Amino acid sequence: MDIPYTTTARPDTGLWNAKIGIWLFLASEVMLFGGLFSAYIFLRLDALPGYWPHGLLNVPVGTMNTAILIGSSVTVVLAWAALKMRQFNRYKIYMGITILCGVIFLVVKLAYEWPDKFHHFGAYIRQDRLEKYEEFLGNHHLLERGLEPRVEITGHLHNEEALHDPNIHHYEVLLDQVNADPTNPESDRPHFWPLPKSEKHAHIDKADVDHAEMFVPKHNTFFATYFTITGLHGLHVLGGVIVFVYFWLPIGANLYKRNPEHLANRVEVAGLFWHFVDLVWIFVFPLFYLL
Amino acid sequence: MDVSTDLVSHQHAGHDPHQHSAGHDHHELGWWRKYVFSTDHKVIGIQYLITGLIFLLLGFTLMMLMRWQLAFPGRSLPLIGNLLERAVGPGAMPDGKMTPDFYNSLGAMHGTIMIFLGIVPVAFAAFGNFVVPLQIGAPDMTFPKINMASYWAFFVGGIVMLVSFFVPGGAAKGGWTSYTPLSVITDKGEIHHWFFNGQTLWLVAFILLITSSLLGAVNFITTIIQLRAKGLTWMRLPFFVWAQLVTAFLLLLAFPPLEAAIVMQLMDRIGATSFFMPTGLVVNGAAVAISGGGSPILWQHLFWFLGHPEVYVLILPGMGIVAEIIANNTRKPLWGYKSLVFAALVLGFLSFIVWAHHMYLTGMGSVVSAFFQTTTLIISIPSVIILSAFFISLWGGSIRFNTPMLFSTAFLPMFGIGGLTGIPLAFNSADLYLHDTYYVIAHFHYIVAPGTIFALFAGVYYWFPKATGRRMNEFWGKVHFWPSLICMNVIFLPMFFQGMLSMHRRWYDGGQGWNIANEKVWGLSGFEWNVPISTAAWVMGLAQIPFIINFFWSIKRGEKVDDNPWEATTLEWAAPSPPPHGNFAVTPVAHRGPYEYSLPGRERDFTMQNEPIRDSDREAYAAAAAAHH
Repeated sequence: MDIPYTTTARPDTGLWNAKIGIWLFLASEVMLFGGLFSAYIFLRLDALPGYWPHGLLNVPVGTMNTAILIGSSVTVVLAWAALKMRQFNRYKIYMGITILCGVIFLVVKLAYEWPDKFHHFGAYIRQDRLEKYEEFLGNHHLLERGLEPRVEITGHLHNEEALHDPNIHHYEVLLDQVNADPTNPESDRPHFWPLPKSEKHAHIDKADVDHAEMFVPKHNTFFATYFTITGLHGLHVLGGVIVFVYFWLPIGANLYKRNPEHLANRVEVAGLFWHFVDLVWIFVFPLFYLL
Repeated sequence: MDVSTDLVSHQHAGHDPHQHSAGHDHHELGWWRKYVFSTDHKVIGIQYLITGLIFLLLGFTLMMLMRWQLAFPGRSLPLIGNLLERAVGPGAMPDGKMTPDFYNSLGAMHGTIMIFLGIVPVAFAAFGNFVVPLQIGAPDMTFPKINMASYWAFFVGGIVMLVSFFVPGGAAKGGWTSYTPLSVITDKGEIHHWFFNGQTLWLVAFILLITSSLLGAVNFITTIIQLRAKGLTWMRLPFFVWAQLVTAFLLLLAFPPLEAAIVMQLMDRIGATSFFMPTGLVVNGAAVAISGGGSPILWQHLFWFLGHPEVYVLILPGMGIVAEIIANNTRKPLWGYKSLVFAALVLGFLSFIVWAHHMYLTGMGSVVSAFFQTTTLIISIPSVIILSAFFISLWGGSIRFNTPMLFSTAFLPMFGIGGLTGIPLAFNSADLYLHDTYYVIAHFHYIVAPGTIFALFAGVYYWFPKATGRRMNEFWGKVHFWPSLICMNVIFLPMFFQGMLSMHRRWYDGGQGWNIANEKVWGLSGFEWNVPISTAAWVMGLAQIPFIINFFWSIKRGEKVDDNPWEATTLEWAAPSPPPHGNFAVTPVAHRGPYEYSLPGRERDFTMQNEPIRDSDREAYAAAAAAHH
């Protein structure tokens, strides 16, 4: 028994099965990421003034990853077009580039961006102690300029053992530029190029801190959403890469020899998924890195 | 080029009966691939049916245990109490007495199992899988392997849910809605494993169940769009297929936001994030060590964004089954076929914009409440259209009251009661009073228990001959039906009284404490009504025994019947019983609508969809059209 319309289009709908299947699947994916993005909106709107951080992510790296992903969306189309023209070697090259782009994206994300956050420290100061840390927060200056207050001191934690040892009563922090020079108008808004670390240290009493951690998901709702959405997106990138590798290996070549149109259709379907993954990133990038 | 000719010959093979049966012998599958890891939609449908029915029985059993505690709070459960204590571990039933935690576990798991492991798998996956490809004249689903993956994801999800009963601390206790922040702080502590605890396993099981329903929904929709037989245009589809199509869209689009919410709740539980945890949360007098900044209401929104379309996922397949059986047993066309189709489509669309009527008590504000109140009232219109069309279909028919028809007929008033009692709940002001009382329990159980579950029973009796070639026993079918109908009403009708006496749905003592100063309805107070209700629940448990025996007995011993024992018109009855792998000996072609019963000029009172049009049919159509003008 054969299922009809696996490679040829049904005349009245003009589509073969998997093409409908993938669009339906993508509709469901839209709802999945839609749910997560609406959580982002909900939590951001609910955040108290100053509690939604800005400028903590590396914008140039994010821009590069955006370019890589968009580039891979182009190459996957070229790979599909090569198959349609029955140019298998070109297909191999373009598909290879696509896979490479996906891998670079993941490596940047998992080997650089995430670990960088896990080594960045932040301490939320208790509401009633903000005045004590005015020299690092610059809230008088911000108030004058009509900007949201600063409630968190960030930087490099010198005494990491303080995170776990209840006998250590303070954090020793090498400050980020924002907290080193908080009244400088340059620090009022985030910048494209990350500012260099300052030379300035701060001594923060644990008693003055509401909560303090490295930039892990539980640090605040911003990082919770950031890691959840980029994590889930990363799983999608990984899934796409695995499927592409599968088509790139001899399995693809064998299918090509048997039925080149079938391989082209499969690449088209996987490519549609890849465009979707790209599209999600195009939402992730401005929402987390820029806004 | 040779590829396309190859494809043409392949398709040709599919259409040629001789080629087909010859090709069939080539790939005789082993027992495991044929009955366990099968890609055949009929086997998968039956797997879903049996697994789902077992879960329905299990979910009902949990409730029968709870009914003991509600009727006789604090008394030890005779006989089974000690057995349970040994089975589910210490702390659940010391001395056979149910602890509040165990009661909460039973309540949460009753709802979860009934809805997600019982009704949806049976109503959508089982009947949809078995019947839809046959009704549209297809050889199988478009993606048979994905279909198999869907069943196994469901199966593993079910196992994870069951395992959660036996982990330290017991199964999830947060209700089937798993409201945060309670569900985030529950099942944590010294005795609980960080991962193998009730609530976390509940979440993990849900990810599997959502995966399963996603795979199923994609498959159903693609199959209905792509594999309809030649001539089977959209307006010739049986209403059951339409109902399954709308249901598939609801599952496809409503479940993912819940999956998002579940991922976030998992993060909250395992990663200590604060998606749903508000700033300044205090538990047992101590501030919780979290960042805060989250929103418990966000969970409710995401949950009910699934939760309400889910209600229509539960009812639409039931309506589809009832439509088929009513047309078949009144021996006349279904009244208002087009209205039914459009009503189902409107119902599906509107079900996405009514969810927050579950949340009037959260203080969303009067504007938002007014919006959801309005959409909720509007959605009752298509429901009323569907129900009315069914009632009108009965009018003037010479009805055959066989077992499927008895269950289908009972569906109508039962669903009607459930639907109409929902209208007061749609009103913000009335709901503030009735919210979370037994009134709500009675309302939605009238829809899903004597509503959907009766429709499911009707479907089992109706399509059993197609699956096995034998009919279930009529006498024992009636012995199953009448006590079930009576018990359903003895169980759920008094719950309206209890609710209006403001008895809360989650009280562990059945309202005993609240009973002290209360008025009586028909001689019994709200608390005292628990005894007849519970008794009826247990009797209804007994009433399912004839069904179980009848089901298994009839597989081997039931009365042998031909391919179309109900003299029905739709295409599934044109296939052999049971249909072989690939379904049809000759690929059917549809020539007419789905319900051409009692067509004038025909010697039989049913004309199947694949029977070619004759001159007498044209005359009959012309006469019918003239009568309309």
